[in-house]
Amino acid sequence: MSVLLEVQGVTKTFGGVVANQSVSIEVRAGEIAGLIGPNGSGKTTLFNSIVGAHAIDEGSIKFEGEEISTFRVPVIARKGMLRTFQQTRIYGEMTALENMRISAPEARVSALSLLGGFSSKTDTRGEELLEFVGLASKRFLRAGALSFGQQKLLEFAMALMSEPKLLLLDEPTAGINPTLINGLIDRLKQANKELGVTLLVIEHNMRVIMNLAERITCLAHGEVLASGTPDEVRNDPRVVDAYLGAG
Amino acid sequence: MTSVQKYGLMGFGLVVSLGAPFLAPQFATQLTMLWLMVVFALTWDVLGGQMGYNSFGNILFFGIGAYACAIIQRDLGFDYFVGLAVGLGIAGVFSALVAVVLGVGMLGLRGHYFAIGTLGLGIAAGEIAGGWDYVGAGSGMVPPLYPTGLEGREFFFYFAMFALAVITFAALRALYQTRFGLALNAIRDDEDKAEAMGLHTTQIKSVAWAVAAVFLGVAGGLTGNLLGFIDPRDIAFAGATFGVWMVLMAVLGGKGTLWGPVIGAVVFHVTQELFWTYLLGWQRVALGLLIIAIVVFFPNGILGTLRERFPEWFGERMEERS
Repeated sequence: MSVLLEVQGVTKTFGGVVANQSVSIEVRAGEIAGLIGPNGSGKTTLFNSIVGAHAIDEGSIKFEGEEISTFRVPVIARKGMLRTFQQTRIYGEMTALENMRISAPEARVSALSLLGGFSSKTDTRGEELLEFVGLASKRFLRAGALSFGQQKLLEFAMALMSEPKLLLLDEPTAGINPTLINGLIDRLKQANKELGVTLLVIEHNMRVIMNLAERITCLAHGEVLASGTPDEVRNDPRVVDAYLGAG
Repeated sequence: MTSVQKYGLMGFGLVVSLGAPFLAPQFATQLTMLWLMVVFALTWDVLGGQMGYNSFGNILFFGIGAYACAIIQRDLGFDYFVGLAVGLGIAGVFSALVAVVLGVGMLGLRGHYFAIGTLGLGIAAGEIAGGWDYVGAGSGMVPPLYPTGLEGREFFFYFAMFALAVITFAALRALYQTRFGLALNAIRDDEDKAEAMGLHTTQIKSVAWAVAAVFLGVAGGLTGNLLGFIDPRDIAFAGATFGVWMVLMAVLGGKGTLWGPVIGAVVFHVTQELFWTYLLGWQRVALGLLIIAIVVFFPNGILGTLRERFPEWFGERMEERS
């Protein structure tokens, strides 16, 4: 499998706080990669660095072989790498279907290309994906009126709508009803397999990430502690220490 | 409301609007100003309502249009109507260009910072125009006289301004129905998300401001000719009156809606004229109280309040559908 995202020696500090210290990870095309670590270990900072939300101090980030560490968020998004937010973000005053419409790939070509109307193809695709995440019956409701879990599903559907190559998910199951989590895991796997979207997932729920990811990287104190298959990481004594605070 | 009722109401409004200056010729100029107010509120709402950027500087484009049109009319030596047509065209285009150039710097500001930043624009422009001899400095500019004197003049400007209001309305209505309209709403709801989804937010914001500026520029050119005099601070860059009213009218009617600014402009203008007629001496106090009442009791405006009470009138759905 070819390497889709290659992060090499990335360091990011905020004042005196070292959020990421020489972090290297790679995500291969077509896989589901996991990123775990205790609170404050630098996972979201790494996400922000990758998608261009802030500049990095050192290191290199390559997407499809191209150096992207100096690009800003919208440029990177247009190259096919999207992220969802830990604090779910949707367009609250618009309907669920409108949220889908504006997330279609043609919406990001240029400002003038937006002057066209909506193709029925876009609407059909939007409805299919809402169906896929189980929100079809809510497509005409105001997105802000949906429950938190439903907004999270909508955000996921919007991300899929824009047909990314790589999707970075920041805690997709946080705040979701435990009975719905299994359904969400299935959908993430399905999106990966059937839609060919490579996933990099931050997750706190160990059961979820062990089920989902093919390879996991564990961060602690801003550094990579361990990486490997779920079993290797789970049995690594350093990872256990980091989580349980022993040693 | 069914579509028959809707178009019936619109048709009725059209007939009344076309007949108004003949039925009440003594109010023709006031009615012309009414359509100007409609243009003000509609164009302000592009950024203020649809995109969530509260601009206090849109008066800039109105003033630029007023001056640009008058300069063309004065210096190019065309016949009156040719000069006016060319002047209005250039007023619109030039205002839009200024919006694009300013947008690059200003539209990077968000929320309150944008509002405060734009507040300075109109004031600065007024000061510049008031000190610049080429445009008459503090004594203002007088556009060429209407060729037939007073005869037919009021009707001409009434219908010109009415046409501008209708064109503005139709253009914005069409714009809001495209993906561009959704992109504006997306920026209003969550600009960071829109950026993260790859939308060209900077371009979109600049185009939106330019669209508002085109119509404001043309409106400025027409108004200069209608009033026959362009004062830099009291007419062209009248931030304290026109500049504030455009915000109020949009908020009163319901910002972020298509008809809200139109309704707000009509209600505001009529109320204001009544104050001037019946409460002379206290008109500004009454206007101030009206403004407070609007903000306190109708923070979402007339249409916004109706929409909360009767969402089904607006095609909003509360029930799930399969």
